[in-house]
Amino acid sequence: MTRARTGFGAFVREAHERGRLVVQPRMGMSDPERMRAGLRATRKADATTVGTLTIDSYTRVGDLESARLALLEGAALNGYPIVSHERRTTEAVLDGVCGPDFPVQVRHGSAAPEDIIRALLEVGLDASEGGPISYCLPYGRVSLRESVAHWTAASELMAAARGPGVEPHLETFGGCMLGQLCPPSLLVAISVLEAVFFRRLGIRSISVSYAQQTNEAQDAEAVAALRALCSMLLPDVDWHVVIYAYMGVFPETEDGARALLGAAAGLASRTGSERIIVKTVAESQRIPSIEENVAALELASDVAARTPYAPAPLEGNAVHAEARALVEAVLALNDDLGQAFLTAFATGLLDVPYCLHPDNAGESRSYIDTDGSLRWSRIGRMPLRGIAESRAARGLTSSELLRSLSFVRRSYDGMAAAGVS
Amino acid sequence: MTISSPQRDNVDLLPGDAGDQPVLVAGGTSDSHTWNLVYLQLLIEEHGRRVVNLGPCVPEDLLVEEAVAEQPALVVVSSVNGHGFHDGIRMVTRLRARQELADVPAVIGGKLGITGSSSAEQVAELKAAGYDAVFADGVDSGGIDEFSRLLFELPQRLRV
Repeated sequence: MTRARTGFGAFVREAHERGRLVVQPRMGMSDPERMRAGLRATRKADATTVGTLTIDSYTRVGDLESARLALLEGAALNGYPIVSHERRTTEAVLDGVCGPDFPVQVRHGSAAPEDIIRALLEVGLDASEGGPISYCLPYGRVSLRESVAHWTAASELMAAARGPGVEPHLETFGGCMLGQLCPPSLLVAISVLEAVFFRRLGIRSISVSYAQQTNEAQDAEAVAALRALCSMLLPDVDWHVVIYAYMGVFPETEDGARALLGAAAGLASRTGSERIIVKTVAESQRIPSIEENVAALELASDVAARTPYAPAPLEGNAVHAEARALVEAVLALNDDLGQAFLTAFATGLLDVPYCLHPDNAGESRSYIDTDGSLRWSRIGRMPLRGIAESRAARGLTSSELLRSLSFVRRSYDGMAAAGVS
Repeated sequence: MTISSPQRDNVDLLPGDAGDQPVLVAGGTSDSHTWNLVYLQLLIEEHGRRVVNLGPCVPEDLLVEEAVAEQPALVVVSSVNGHGFHDGIRMVTRLRARQELADVPAVIGGKLGITGSSSAEQVAELKAAGYDAVFADGVDSGGIDEFSRLLFELPQRLRV
């Protein structure tokens, strides 16, 4: 592994060497004053933090007219419209807050992110996230072919910004996909593949994501698998792992929400992950307040500080065996990794369960086993025969789907009600 | 999850004979969430209805095109990202602007605002814009049952 000397990746690496998990919120407000207040509060939190500008969903889908209209009308958006605000407005938001001791990442969710990337580079930011698969298939209407082209251009824009004191950073969103019910091996495989995609386009500082799922032991195996594959495939990259606190239906009780976030922070610390993106107690209800975000950052940091490093072994690691088979099959398709992604999805070599996108084969299905692990009920045409156990099962009914989607909520709210923490 | 709190006064949403008209399911124009749409598809199919699922982030043009082409028995707009109120009004306004879609039953549900609950005024505005029913989060509960009842009230195609 090489070491970035500057920027987002270097900050996270140095914190890790000091034994600190970097904690980060999801945070975006359309009002510049409030956005600045949110960044300041994140910076001042009693934890090692990095800041976030989460972009609004009009900008994400390229509907800049609606974003501008909302600004003119003074209507609140669900994020910071970085393309529509004046450059000097964003510079004023960041001034004196963002710096080497407090890097800020732009999070957006766009399959066509060039405008967003240009806007963030213009104001001196150099860290973002996403990926050609993970910001295409679960969301929106952009075809995978277009997304690969957009993300190729966006990655090249980022890479071209490298210079003295600037080491652009991209994070894969592939460890999340639909947020829940995707077996961890596919999450790990897509996260790794997107990281290799970024590297081939010139990005040298990369983070790979993994979103907490439904079983702690399986999650620990997944992170061990992710680290092993990155060690193998990203030898000349400064990479780190970012854990997302659960991205599915969140507990409704405060105790349940705190316990779930604590479990994510524990997972991060045990597995040697370097960064976590938190969720808050308000998650099940609405977009959280600044204060709720700060409380979540401090909780995650505290739990991590008292959870010792105890990674899962690779031996007998089923997630690793499956993820490796998927990654190797895709890498073998084509030297042009973007083309390999297109072929992989067109032929069902990669197939995200329950994903409605027309470019997804839609032949795979998953379920939550009695121990809470995510398993395949149908592997479709993925190269997992003889590697993954799959049970032929009928499809879920709507109420079974709801029960599966709320499995984590029920588990953690139930524990909270029983006084277990 | 997606749908709760019935706010409807029109129980006669249904055309006389729907034949095999599908239910058109659409995510809000700026809303990337998918699970609400997967759930709705399964739920509606369990009520014996064919579903045309347009997926997340449905542009107004696509919604209108598909509605004209499919002649749906019902249009369901679902949004959970906080932009549902604004997206929803624009979507139904475009729908109602087409003469042949003036009377197609249309409902919206989800988390429609960014504050966690929709106001009575917002519900009234959505209805004034053209929705026959609004299932807005945070006002009441039991909306899934209400929505389910509405689906059962749709003329059923033959189950074979």
